[in-house]
Amino acid sequence: MIAIDIKNLNKSYENGLKALKNINLSVRSGEIFALLGPNGAGKSTLINIICGISKKTSGKVTIFGKDNILDYKFTRSKIGLVPQEIATDSFEKVINTLKFSRGLFNKVPSDEYLSFILKSLNLVTKKNNQIRTLSGGMKRRVMIAKALSHEPKILFLDEPTAGVDVNLRKTLWNFLNKLKKNGVTIFLTTHYIEEAENIADRIGIINNGEILITENKKKLIEKLGEKKIIITINSSHNKLSYITKKYQLKKNKNKLSYIYNSKKNIDLSASLLSDLVKSSVKIDDIEIEKSNLEEIFLNMVEK
Amino acid sequence: MNLRGIFAIYHFEMSRMFRTVSQSIASPVLSTALYFIVFGSAIGSKIGNIDGVNYTSFLVPGLIMLTILNQSVSNASFGIYFPKFSGTIYEILSAPISPIEITCGYVLAAASKSVLVGLIILITSAFFIEITILHPFWMLLFLILMSITFSLFGFIIGIWANDFQKIQLIPSFILTPLTFLGGSFYSISMLPDFWQKLSYVNPIVYLISSFRWSFYGNSDVNVVVSISATFFFLVLCMVFVSWIFKTGYKIKT
Repeated sequence: MIAIDIKNLNKSYENGLKALKNINLSVRSGEIFALLGPNGAGKSTLINIICGISKKTSGKVTIFGKDNILDYKFTRSKIGLVPQEIATDSFEKVINTLKFSRGLFNKVPSDEYLSFILKSLNLVTKKNNQIRTLSGGMKRRVMIAKALSHEPKILFLDEPTAGVDVNLRKTLWNFLNKLKKNGVTIFLTTHYIEEAENIADRIGIINNGEILITENKKKLIEKLGEKKIIITINSSHNKLSYITKKYQLKKNKNKLSYIYNSKKNIDLSASLLSDLVKSSVKIDDIEIEKSNLEEIFLNMVEK
Repeated sequence: MNLRGIFAIYHFEMSRMFRTVSQSIASPVLSTALYFIVFGSAIGSKIGNIDGVNYTSFLVPGLIMLTILNQSVSNASFGIYFPKFSGTIYEILSAPISPIEITCGYVLAAASKSVLVGLIILITSAFFIEITILHPFWMLLFLILMSITFSLFGFIIGIWANDFQKIQLIPSFILTPLTFLGGSFYSISMLPDFWQKLSYVNPIVYLISSFRWSFYGNSDVNVVVSISATFFFLVLCMVFVSWIFKTGYKIKT
């Protein structure tokens, strides 16, 4: 089932800036989708349009098959949003702000459910504290708790772990995985590639308002990732320059690097090793490196 | 209808008032009490009766009106401006709540605070001054109606404002002068002919006049005209608020 469906979405500002250009994107129910992109790429604008905070210029957004403008009461009731900036009512108590959020989304009061959320996010001991007394990380948890207080089916997290310490980040990842197991669809934007690599099922890359690619995480790394074979040789050999040229190797002192991309090249690593052995080049060591998502991301956005 | 959403906003705003009781209730009540002491007891004793009513008693409806107009505008404008300022407006805008429901939540809360403050001033003044309320039903109706109307007006100011200075701009430079010149402290009939005519351009004259009529049965302006003027302003504010939400003016980018 498609949870979020975006068709030909455009957003232009009055000053002529095109923030989103013909975005087409679908997110399946129950998956974790991570949208990567540099600052100003259009990630937050996209989320804001889906959630009803910003106006679109053209195109269509549907949530579980319903238009997010025509059926906004239905679509918004399914959505929880954690915005990028920490924005809370500083003088309000944690528990009261959760009750406010739940009421705002027209949900019957439930102390039991709110207690569950507080417990899940390690906020039980802080429930009667004013939000202003909490640390940055705690405030971030309160924001997440607020977004979950009305039991949403889709959770939008706009850079949820920005400025959050490593422990809390990992706690949050575990929590998001639990939510996913409970059937919640998660749409997150992040600057931390590691975050997307760790928890996302599918990844989208956006730059200058355009979606460059959306793909299953593993397939993306397979498709666009590069494999690097680093061969440390013991001695130089007269045939080496021929082999270096033939396989387009990079030579750095006694290290030869062979870069292979499954999409662009045929894997000649076996042939390379065979040629080296035939030429009596003594091999000391062989290392294989696979490029990670960060390198793929940088390759795409820096083009 | 998202009644829980309306109540959530209403409850949140009322909680804010009770958290800041000295600012929300004590301060306007103290200010009004000072007016009674200065204008009523000190100066009023030299003035005598106006339209057959003791000057200090005459002041009560005008001062209540002065307070509730200012309170309604400031409560409602701050109520909606602060979420814009702090960024928490994202939650309201992304919730399944209609523009009318949002307005109801904020405006009813601001109006409730004003009515509460108005009634506290009335009760407090009754301890010191002899007050007659000839038409209590109408008095209460005017109090509620004007609180709602000016809360709507304040709500519009809160949406329009993009800094704290602008929130104070219209109340300080338009509303307060119009209220002072609208017969809060005097009867329009006491003015020279030219200023009397000019006063009738001031919409606040009609509001204070009808409110004072509900107390003492005297009015500078025909009561029907006053009520019509109040309703006209109420409808005007409602039309403007619905336009704001329809276009997303100053709310959505």
